[in-house]
Amino acid sequence: MARTVGFFTDTTLCIGCKACEVACKEWNQLPGHAPQFGDGYDNTSQLDEQNWRHVQFHERTTAKGGVAWNMMSDVCKHCALASCMEVCPTNAIIRTEFDTVYIQPSVCNGCRDCIAACPYHVIGFDEASGLARKCTFCYDRLQANLTPACAKACPTESIKFGDLDTMREVAGARLNQLRGQGMSEARLYGDKEYGGLHALFLLTDKPEIYGLPPTESAVLPSRNNVRGYLGTLVTAALGVAGAVFAFRERGGKE
Amino acid sequence: MVEHFVTPPQWEWYIVWYFFLGGIAGGVYALGAILRLLGDDRDAPVARLAFLLSLPVLAVCPILLTLDLGRPLRFWHMMIDSRTFGLNFKYWSPMSVGVWVLLIFSVFAFVSFLEALASLRGSRAPFLAGGLGRVFVIVGAVFGLFLAGYTGILLSVSNQPIWSDTWALGALFLASGLSVAAATLSLVTRLGRHEQSAEAKLTRADRYFTILELVLLVVFFLSLGAVGSRFLAPRWMALWVVVLIGTLVPLALHFSTERRVPAMFAAVLTLVGGLALRIVVVFGAQM
Ligand code: SF4
Repeated sequence: MARTVGFFTDTTLCIGCKACEVACKEWNQLPGHAPQFGDGYDNTSQLDEQNWRHVQFHERTTAKGGVAWNMMSDVCKHCALASCMEVCPTNAIIRTEFDTVYIQPSVCNGCRDCIAACPYHVIGFDEASGLARKCTFCYDRLQANLTPACAKACPTESIKFGDLDTMREVAGARLNQLRGQGMSEARLYGDKEYGGLHALFLLTDKPEIYGLPPTESAVLPSRNNVRGYLGTLVTAALGVAGAVFAFRERGGKE
Repeated sequence: MVEHFVTPPQWEWYIVWYFFLGGIAGGVYALGAILRLLGDDRDAPVARLAFLLSLPVLAVCPILLTLDLGRPLRFWHMMIDSRTFGLNFKYWSPMSVGVWVLLIFSVFAFVSFLEALASLRGSRAPFLAGGLGRVFVIVGAVFGLFLAGYTGILLSVSNQPIWSDTWALGALFLASGLSVAAATLSLVTRLGRHEQSAEAKLTRADRYFTILELVLLVVFFLSLGAVGSRFLAPRWMALWVVVLIGTLVPLALHFSTERRVPAMFAAVLTLVGGLALRIVVVFGAQM
């Protein structure tokens, strides 16, 4: 049953319980890495081949001098214009009937071009299987008409799941509500970037704080093709001209 | 400047060596082609040597690339869609383009190698004589030049900081590839007993390539702007010094003497510098 799905992650509701991370690992049979302890409460540190959801903890000083946490459950954005899919040479990365971005494990050969392409540091290389891996949007659950594990487990409904259009409406309404309550720093991320993300976020700070490129930086790898080839072509012409010139001169020092 | 948050793809030594050897194989072929088309009889042995060198160096490349894959046995997925068994070709993905160029160039390198072998034994293979032969090596040289340069574009067509912040990497790798190729040829030529005039020609060509490379190094850093400061950490600085030694010293030697030993020394320095350039560009952006 084809449909266009989306996540809406409302960071103002996230309590940092990591139920999404656990549910994701349970369902997708991801053993995870050994915990890494830094100076915060984050022991997963990043999205990668084992962490398809990652709850970020950002401490910030409030206007009154107290400490507040900005927490956000990060995930693959299933970009409408996906950088990973753009460069993938094997066509292992496909768009599914749910309009999500999926790496076919039977096709991927582990070249890792997608890893260098994803601007959201989502994909990781799995040494054990030799494959690039990331969130599948619970492709198997979608096919069975089930809610993705993370959204199902989230106790505060910080992670919402539904049709993308509905998610956009919900996100817009929530933004208006928060703005109406005087939360001027609230903003939406994901409706403009990369043709529209399939994971929308309501943030209370600049996107960069959460490891999200600002809107004007949401550009695709292919932007560098034409100028890259042009520069190389000019160099080739100069190089050949140099060689022709050098080889034509009479032998020995003039 | 674009701001992205990218996981490094862990492209390491296999890739560095592929970039280096691909530059030599493609560059050497192109130089051989130009020598054959424009040189005189005394250059013929060096042109032949170029074709004899290109194929064995090239042959290492697909091995390195395959070993670098997480699933080496699926290397053919690069060319054939394992689902539909149709051909995979994405002109906007340099990795996809590069695979085909590597394959097509191999055919040219292989045929030219056979022909060079045959001519070594005194017979000039009929299929490469005359106009058709000239067209053949010209087309082969175009693919060779592509191979030497596209690797930089491959890095740039990503969202990896540094790589994707410049348009000059393909150009820089090509100039360096030509220089390294000329150095390889002149080194091997001088190891054997070849015509001095051809050696002098290679040295002169390498001067131009090195100057081109130096200009492009400046362009590269200018195009990076503030991002380039990441390269200024001590461990990368050391490699940049090697890159500079591998360009400036050979250049100075090329201009001052045509004697055999300094020329060979210059060639070795050029090779080391070319390798250092690829090491610092590949690793420097990922750490
Ligand atoms: S967030 Fe990254 S991995 Fe997910 S679809 Fe976009 S580019 Fe691909």
